[in-house]
Amino acid sequence: MFARGSAVVLYQPQWGQVRNMATLKDITRRLKSIKNIQKITKSMKMVSAAKYARAERELKPARVYGTGALALYEKAEIKAPEDKKKHLLIGVSSDRGLCGAIHTSIAKTLKNEITNLSNAGKEVMVVGVGDKIRGLLQRTHGNYFLMTFKEVGRRPPSFGDASVIASELLNSGYEFDEGSVIYNRFRSVISYKTDEKPIYSFETVAGSESLSIYDDIDADVLRNYQEFTLANILYYSLKESTTSEQSARMTAMDNASKNASEMIDKLTLTFNRTRQAVITKELIEIISGAAAL
Amino acid sequence: MIRARQLLRLAALPPPRARSYADAAAGPAAMAFTFASPTQVFYNGTTVKQVDVPTLTGSFGILASHVPTLQVLKPGVVTVYAEDGTATKYFVSSGSVTVNADSTVQVLAEEAVTMDMLDLATAKSNLEKAVSEMAAASDEAARAEAQIKVEANEALVKALE
Repeated sequence: MFARGSAVVLYQPQWGQVRNMATLKDITRRLKSIKNIQKITKSMKMVSAAKYARAERELKPARVYGTGALALYEKAEIKAPEDKKKHLLIGVSSDRGLCGAIHTSIAKTLKNEITNLSNAGKEVMVVGVGDKIRGLLQRTHGNYFLMTFKEVGRRPPSFGDASVIASELLNSGYEFDEGSVIYNRFRSVISYKTDEKPIYSFETVAGSESLSIYDDIDADVLRNYQEFTLANILYYSLKESTTSEQSARMTAMDNASKNASEMIDKLTLTFNRTRQAVITKELIEIISGAAAL
Repeated sequence: MIRARQLLRLAALPPPRARSYADAAAGPAAMAFTFASPTQVFYNGTTVKQVDVPTLTGSFGILASHVPTLQVLKPGVVTVYAEDGTATKYFVSSGSVTVNADSTVQVLAEEAVTMDMLDLATAKSNLEKAVSEMAAASDEAARAEAQIKVEANEALVKALE
């Protein structure tokens, strides 16, 4: 009668934070998975280190080449006239992630530039070198995109890649007056900085007054020169960008491996404690069972 | 009477202007020369005496205080005369030359090699292949590409002979 009366079942709400004591099996599973992840991040770090060494070696001549190409713009102090409307932004990054803040810093700079230029009344188009740029900006600034270049980052960039990009830009039909290339400049193994280099169209350079000190230039020669310089600047930014990316990936994977080993240490301690607790509990059960007899 | 008037007229004339040579060219006396390809740097701001470059408008030599100019390279030989007079030759495929007002010269070549990396026999056989390609070319773009090959190989053969 009593038993029938108490038909109330203890109702344990299922949506609360119910944390049971982790069983040995749970901890073992977690430990195994984190150890696997640590192996992966360690090997990714090794691969990045090798790629970084090569990229840094190839960056040295590329830097001389790039500064040589930009020397004209600096020495002649070419500036686009203020009333020119069409602007082009080229964001140089890559397809692959797990490299820290490489892609987000380019995207952030691009977003700021788009806002500034649009507020100043200029028409802006964006070119993304690398799929990540498209991914980051597509939702909010999708209508500014002129074109995107994929398969960047898999192999080290060559001058051929830069000339492909340059010829696509020139054949795109978008007659920009001036523009900038936004890339990550490599400073050291642990640091890089997002930098911007200017590019000018053929008309802007031809119309610039400081160009008159340069002797004996006809339109054909200047056009060839401009196209070549565009390819040079793109090549330089690609080289700097890959070096920064590989060094950032090396650092990121190194941090990940370190975090993973910290977690492994903590979990191993918890595992041992739990194992001892289980053994103690079993012993107590046996002893109390024996004592009850 | 007449002599006095003549004297007055002579005095009224402006003094004869002395004739002299043009002023010396402005700019620093030494040329800072940078010569690089995308993968290799040959000279980086080094001081050299003279550089001969093959451009689309003809070959010319650049000395210090050359008038500023921009040029586009065509396939040919770039000769660099160092301060001590030794000449080094490089074969370039294409590129650009910039001479600035402060006597800095940048020669950026798409591909540049020293002459000892080239072989005359291979160059000749490539030239023959390129000529036959041009004859067989069907459309404008293919013919233009074949023409470029022919010109480059001709320059190679001429440079090696």
